Amino acid sequence: MHDLEVLSWDLRQHTLDIIMAGGGGHIGGDMSLMNALLVLYENHLNVTPTTVNDPDRDRFVLSKGHSMETYYAILCHRGFLDLSDVTARFSKFGSPYIGHPNNKLPGIEMNSGSLGHGLPVCVGMALAGKRSGKSYRVYTIMGDGELAEGSVWEGAMAAGHYQLDNLCAVVDRNKLQISGTTEEVMSHEPLGERFAAFGWNVIAVNGDSIAELDRAYTQAKEAKGKPTVIISNTTKGYGSPLMENKAGWHHHLPTAEEHEQIRRDFAAGKERAEHE
Amino acid sequence: MNKIPNRQIICETLMAHAETDKDIFVLCSDSRGSASLVPFAEKFPDQFVEVGIAEQNLVSLAAGLAACGKKAFAASPACFLSTRSYEQAKVDCAYSNTNVKLIGISGGVSYGALGMSHHSAQDIAAMSALPNMRVYLPSDRHQTKRLIEALLEDEKPAYIRVGRNPVEDIYSESDCPFEMDKATWLQGRGKTVKAALIACGEMVHPALEAAEILEQAGIAASVLDMYCVKPLDSEAVIEAAKASDIVVTVEEHSPYGGLGAMVAQVVGEHCPRKVKCLSLPDAPVITGTSPEVFAHYGLTGEGIAAVVEEILK
Repeated sequence: MHDLEVLSWDLRQHTLDIIMAGGGGHIGGDMSLMNALLVLYENHLNVTPTTVNDPDRDRFVLSKGHSMETYYAILCHRGFLDLSDVTARFSKFGSPYIGHPNNKLPGIEMNSGSLGHGLPVCVGMALAGKRSGKSYRVYTIMGDGELAEGSVWEGAMAAGHYQLDNLCAVVDRNKLQISGTTEEVMSHEPLGERFAAFGWNVIAVNGDSIAELDRAYTQAKEAKGKPTVIISNTTKGYGSPLMENKAGWHHHLPTAEEHEQIRRDFAAGKERAEHE
Repeated sequence: MNKIPNRQIICETLMAHAETDKDIFVLCSDSRGSASLVPFAEKFPDQFVEVGIAEQNLVSLAAGLAACGKKAFAASPACFLSTRSYEQAKVDCAYSNTNVKLIGISGGVSYGALGMSHHSAQDIAAMSALPNMRVYLPSDRHQTKRLIEALLEDEKPAYIRVGRNPVEDIYSESDCPFEMDKATWLQGRGKTVKAALIACGEMVHPALEAAEILEQAGIAASVLDMYCVKPLDSEAVIEAAKASDIVVTVEEHSPYGGLGAMVAQVVGEHCPRKVKCLSLPDAPVITGTSPEVFAHYGLTGEGIAAVVEEILK
């Protein structure tokens, strides 16, 4: 886990580099997403650049598609894409590296961007696996603001109904959305009870903790007869006090001074991780 | 009179292939009865998925299945499928380019007496506006069978609209010329005519009737079955228009964004002629059965012929 802690700080920096080069991004949610996505790709998701078309590969759909910059950083680290190319061309005219997932890029299963699509699509993927007798697993990560979309609950209902224990959904519960706190905008609590009522196995963790996330993904694999939701309680903008828990950093582009401060904070984070 | 609705033919065609092709999946949103898909659900339970009354979920699930190699046929009333789940059709099917065939049943004013909520008079416009989405309105059961068989062979998304009730045969078991994405010439090809009638879906039969009436009145007409509204067979439209004084389109749809609008675009660009677009009105339609509604708005052989005669006066 120690190596992943260190790596996470490098990838936060890569994410920041991509955002700064492209002139925009969703930095707050990128930072709260980082650890859940990193642990998934490093320790649990069974797919590599050479198995992107293998019928038995695990599937992942980034439902909170606006956190694409973090996804780019991880896809690059895992060898699906080239970091220098992504950084140079992100959001540029005619670039394939747009601000949301696009399945023309290797390793990306489905297009997203509009919220509330990832879970229902993954229900279909998980059902296909069950009906075909395959053992692959299906993962999606949603934002918490996204849970206001009715389609999320249509998918949740079907996943419970079909007892899809090969499906694991993560909620990046950073408790902030563009207009303010989720509980002010549209409350979700008691979130765990809501999913449980739909027939889900519920695991709540500190989503800023790599170790806790890793355990949660392992526990999700052990659940039988139920899909699992990991409620990943995170800090929006995690890694730099400048951004943390501030709704305004949903998609704020750092100024030069802010950029420098965030870079220093990430470097300090990495140094702490290296010495832990 | 044929007693078999097109939706039943879809079920029979899928069942004929599902025995050997285990990748065929049918999804319904509590609509297996109205889609005539009960026999499929009973015979192939492992290839059938019920999602309940949840059209958004229906389409996203179908896309997920398709992304894992399944041939997903998602059937739901056209009124709901083309509006309630429009964004799922846009993002999960068209944009992600998944092998999902959206089957809009009871299309147009099939549910004539149930009110505007149950009418799909916008589905051609809505679905055609999505890049990568194809739109088909087969005219009879024989063409429906050929179309579904062709769609089983490709891996791209499509929207297919059929009506609720049996419709008169245009073709026969042994004589059903069909080429994918090519309109079928029903009469008048290669001849100089006064009117070119271009219709789709349930309006093909009245267009043929109109041509007969016009012939008796000494007015030659050609008739095109444009089951492939998108991609529109532009070559056939141009050929028909060039050989005719006027072009008349007939569709069970709103006046905007449907077959008429698309044909007028092609004719206006390539071979300007007067184009008359016959359709449902831009208003909630009058209450009644499909035939009553069609008669009210002149979407009958007599009504179409009368319009042509009036224009050519």
